[in-house]
Amino acid sequence: MTKKKGGVFTKFYIALILIFLYSPIAVMIITSFNKGKTVVWKGFSLKWYGELFKDKAILGALVNTLTIALLASFFATILGTMAAIGINNFRGKKRAVIQNVSNIPIISPDIVMGVSLMLLFAFLGNIFNFEMGYVTVLISHICFCVPFVVLNVIPRLRRMDQSIYDAALDLGCNQFQAFFKVVIHELMPGIISGFLMSFTYSLDDFIITHFTQGAKFQNLSTEIYAMLRRKIPPTINALSTLLFVTIIIIMIIINVRDRREEKRNSGR
Amino acid sequence: MEKTAKKTVISLRDIFVRFDGEVILNHINLDIREKEFVTILGPSGCGKTTTLRIIGGFVSPDSGDVIFDGEKINDLPPNKRSVNTVFQKYSLFPHLNVFDNVAFGLKLKKVPKDEIKKKVTKMLATVDLKGYEKRSVQKLSGGQQQRVAIARALVCDPEVILLDEPLGALDLKLRKSMQLELKEIQRQTEKTFIYVTHDQEEALTMSDRVVVMNNGSIEQIGTPEDIYNEPVNAFVADFIGEANILNGIMIDDCRVRILGKELECVDKGFGTNTPVDVVIRPEDIQITSPEDGQLTGVVQSSIFKGVHYEMSVMCGKCEIIVQSTKSAEIGSTVGMRVIPFNIQIMNKLLPIQSNTIETTVTYADESAQYFEFELEGETITVKDKYIPKGKRVRVYLPFDALSITGAGDGDLKDVYIESVVYKGEHNEIILESDSRKWLMLSDTDEQVATYVPLYFDFSKASFEILDSAEEKEG
Repeated sequence: MTKKKGGVFTKFYIALILIFLYSPIAVMIITSFNKGKTVVWKGFSLKWYGELFKDKAILGALVNTLTIALLASFFATILGTMAAIGINNFRGKKRAVIQNVSNIPIISPDIVMGVSLMLLFAFLGNIFNFEMGYVTVLISHICFCVPFVVLNVIPRLRRMDQSIYDAALDLGCNQFQAFFKVVIHELMPGIISGFLMSFTYSLDDFIITHFTQGAKFQNLSTEIYAMLRRKIPPTINALSTLLFVTIIIIMIIINVRDRREEKRNSGR
Repeated sequence: MEKTAKKTVISLRDIFVRFDGEVILNHINLDIREKEFVTILGPSGCGKTTTLRIIGGFVSPDSGDVIFDGEKINDLPPNKRSVNTVFQKYSLFPHLNVFDNVAFGLKLKKVPKDEIKKKVTKMLATVDLKGYEKRSVQKLSGGQQQRVAIARALVCDPEVILLDEPLGALDLKLRKSMQLELKEIQRQTEKTFIYVTHDQEEALTMSDRVVVMNNGSIEQIGTPEDIYNEPVNAFVADFIGEANILNGIMIDDCRVRILGKELECVDKGFGTNTPVDVVIRPEDIQITSPEDGQLTGVVQSSIFKGVHYEMSVMCGKCEIIVQSTKSAEIGSTVGMRVIPFNIQIMNKLLPIQSNTIETTVTYADESAQYFEFELEGETITVKDKYIPKGKRVRVYLPFDALSITGAGDGDLKDVYIESVVYKGEHNEIILESDSRKWLMLSDTDEQVATYVPLYFDFSKASFEILDSAEEKEG
């Protein structure tokens, strides 16, 4: 790419794409501040945001969503980091195979993941006599978040100078001390990226939650979906706007972090 | 000597290591004494770093024992050994500053804080990094990082320090000054240093003893003087310093024939008429008038190197390098003299006259004039030669009938280049295949420790059928 200013056509083209991409969201955000109940503009108001926080069902769903997202990304980060280290210790063909297998949940359609998890829980539920709900949703979310952590941590492991670990052992660390005192610092950027990515994917998941939630559990997306089937309350616009903003903020954090990291590395 | 009185700190006993079916260390024995600066020297892939990693505890040998102060420590993890390593790429901890990097080992040992501070400060002064405590290690130059790595290892007060090519990443000038500095640090701290390098000059400069390794085995152990003046074989002679390595015949004790001339030497016990390798260092050759010379040759080139001229003299087809303070004119004929003491006789690396294969013909076609036999699982076809199927045959391949360049996969696919020694006329290359070794000549410089295909040129071979008494020439 050159630093030359793009022509009028380039600018127009980019504007068109951005409009195409963001106009639905823009409409939603604008509507969320509408006084009226429909898309017809009746003046600015925050009343739907107010309503939103009075709605017990929505607030319950919000709490579910946030706690699931936090717990799922927390456990996924631990499991994923461990898995990444394990995978990285394999050599050659074995490593390639295992790494690709661990990516399957990312590639496979959500609906497949959702249905298969539902079948698994139904099957196990029959044997051990439990019903699907909070815990099954949590397990499912951990399940699809782990590969994202693995994906973020492995490149850090590859880039890390292996002899740093040896040096830690050499200076008197046992294997665990070597990991927690040295290696983890090198992996941290990858671990954090993995955590944030898991968090956003868990926040906005609908399909997998839908299949594994059971009768009583609702998170935000399933709750919105359920509300839509009855009528379309304008609070949904407010809620979706809040969700959108949250995810955008997290994505910006990830990007800024990566950029800074790049700068630091290239500056060496 | 007083050195032999010192006690042995580390002993490697019959160490054998294999990775992925490849032998890395082939039954190594090595004793390292207290307060000694030992250098393990060898080309890349010779097993020197693996030897170091065995002492450090990062690799455990497949067989053999590692003895530390009389105790077997085969299964002791690195953190329990009184040994610290300075790694090739320094391997400082990027998230810690200079002070915390150096203090790392002491903190793990739960040394009191004020004592850590005292020790680290003192150690940083030793390596000439006073006042760098709060610096980030990533902002230091290569030489400074290296010194932090050395301080980090030394401050733990181990009995032995291992250094794995620590100066490899530095530029020449810095490397030279660090060599002296390291030697000085070793003298001050009175620790045992085991130093790994592929740089022969570095080894000669710093070491009390040098261990020359090649191809997973120790070739020679000795003081730098011993290794330079009395190399045990052509590999060591070639690897250490500059040398003329020539093929010779030991006629009798103290008499050797090289380049068709009989010369007096001081070595004994090689038997009579034994093929040997002869080493003559370039600085040991005196240029004389053609009449006075033991050998005569024509000067091909003369380069001024400061202290001396380096001349290339052709004796027939053989090139001899001479270093002399007096230059001779290019194109002139000169004589050369060497005193008997400076002619070093060594056993040949691979004492064979030609490469012989003893085999049975597995297929033969009289009308098309060819036959086949098997070698290491490969079917080898010999063209333009018919020997009936089932006959035992001995094939003599002269050294020039072998080559490692040609079309296709080769008669043998992967042979290992074990050594390459320049003998004035050709490179003598020793190859190792699954079951045996081969000797070939080449005019190009091949890379040791690599795998190449091997081709046979049977038009240069001679054949002997073993079943019948008659001999057929090919």
